Amino acid sequence: MKLDTMILTIANKEFRSLFAAPSTWLILGGLQFILAWLFLTHLDAFLQVQSQFAQLVNPPGVTLSVATPVLGTVAFMMMMLVPIFTMRLIAEEWRNQTLVLLMAAPVAGWKIIVGKYIGLLLFLSLIIVACFIMLLTLALGTSLDYGLLLSNAVGLFLLTACYTALGLYFSTLTTQPIVAATSTIAALFGLWLIDVAGSSSSLALQALSPTIHFQSFSAGLLLGKDFAYLILFIATFLLLAIRRLHNTRIYG
Amino acid sequence: MSLQTTLNARNLTRRFGKREVICNISMQLKRGEVLGLLGPNGAGKSTMMQLLSGVLIPHSGQIEICGFDLAREPELAKACVGYLPENPPLYRDMRVDDYLVFAAKLHGVARSEITEALSIVKNRCGLEDAGRKIIATLSKGYQQRVGIAQAIIHQPDVVILDEPTVGLDPLQIRNIRALIRELGNSHSVILSTHLLSEVENICDRVEIIQHGQLIYGDTSVRMQSLGHQAGFVVTLQAPPDVKELYKVAGVINVETLSATSFKIMHAIDANTAEALLSRSAQQGWQAQQLTPLQVSIEDAFVHLTRKQDTHNNEA
Repeated sequence: MKLDTMILTIANKEFRSLFAAPSTWLILGGLQFILAWLFLTHLDAFLQVQSQFAQLVNPPGVTLSVATPVLGTVAFMMMMLVPIFTMRLIAEEWRNQTLVLLMAAPVAGWKIIVGKYIGLLLFLSLIIVACFIMLLTLALGTSLDYGLLLSNAVGLFLLTACYTALGLYFSTLTTQPIVAATSTIAALFGLWLIDVAGSSSSLALQALSPTIHFQSFSAGLLLGKDFAYLILFIATFLLLAIRRLHNTRIYG
Repeated sequence: MSLQTTLNARNLTRRFGKREVICNISMQLKRGEVLGLLGPNGAGKSTMMQLLSGVLIPHSGQIEICGFDLAREPELAKACVGYLPENPPLYRDMRVDDYLVFAAKLHGVARSEITEALSIVKNRCGLEDAGRKIIATLSKGYQQRVGIAQAIIHQPDVVILDEPTVGLDPLQIRNIRALIRELGNSHSVILSTHLLSEVENICDRVEIIQHGQLIYGDTSVRMQSLGHQAGFVVTLQAPPDVKELYKVAGVINVETLSATSFKIMHAIDANTAEALLSRSAQQGWQAQQLTPLQVSIEDAFVHLTRKQDTHNNEA
């Protein structure tokens, strides 16, 4: 599918406007600092137990013992990070009454939503990419399991995409960015709790949580059902957001 | 081509909940026409403009813009419309240039024409020096200009302006009015306003909305003559008895303003002024000054809306 120029225009504007705010740079810097700290802690721990690992027949490699836990933490942090960015998408435009510009422009509603979605997702991928560049520095000293890293990258990206879709939908529900953010965080934590608190008897319920699907990616498993679930999750919330935007034309 | 219809709205109805905000309004606009939308607060002016710009969808009725149906071909129809809402939709943290370029792209201006469109629109709206400034740092008047620039950057056939001169100083108001008048030469313009002098100055046609209904629509010149009561103020240096004045043909009422000046109301078709002057010459009343009573568009507006209100109360 050829990407529409209107979608790109909106995505581009969204992407750039993020960098116009000083808080974005602050968050990016702080985040990178925390991740670097985490990375070094894991690396340090790995180096200490490395000699004992050597006695095992099939010892866990550096990718599994350092990269995977760091990326797991990134996945967890996305739960709090994504709502901070998604809350602005529609709610703030509503409050500032700038959404009218998009609504009166010759742009279909779904293009507005998809454009904003892509713009923010592009920005969030930057965080993921920065994190991966840091992990790839391990390659200077040892050999890495690139297959596992790739599977983790795909999983993390899809998980972030899920959170963004959910946050975008919540942002269309209110004119208060803060309300959008808190309700998104609440929803994401709820989904996470289903995963963490669920026992083996509630497997069906657990399957609702995006995080449980992420776990197979982080173990290096690329399963069709996980792909299908995450893609469906994204599509559902994007469609809901598009619908909601259209409803504002009807109900005012 | 000067009479081409650019906007045609038929039987628009719009409800918010159960309240009918717009009921059964039809409206037509031709190229090169400036239409003033008048009405008291809460009459439905802004809603009407939101319907015409496609921000809201009417519950019934059709809107056709340059031959495109707004409901069936929204993207083609909206490309012919420029809309400035009541609160200009400005991204406050953007630079003026970036914002206008974004607006141009959104409205489908080709990439190669954007630079030219930008310089034309900045020139028109007096924003030549403001290009690099952040919108939030601009004064209200300049922000309003950026809002107007945003609405006309893609050279739309129909320009919809919701209270474009609110919050501007008198000089800016004059500039904006000149701009709207200029726009009216090549585009069709609809503007809503509270300022009746604005209507008098720049509108070719007036539609008055009250309680969601069109209660009046005509040229602005004819609106001024509406509710007109014929009369004049006359100064007589040697005035006769008031009874004498009543004898002049057509006089209905005489009001004594001072010892020498009188306000005389007369029947509309009677040529009372001339009769009085010839009488004055005969009798030596020494008529000095005769000023016809001007009825402002303001009086006409009050007259119309009040008439409608009493009509509603009776109904």
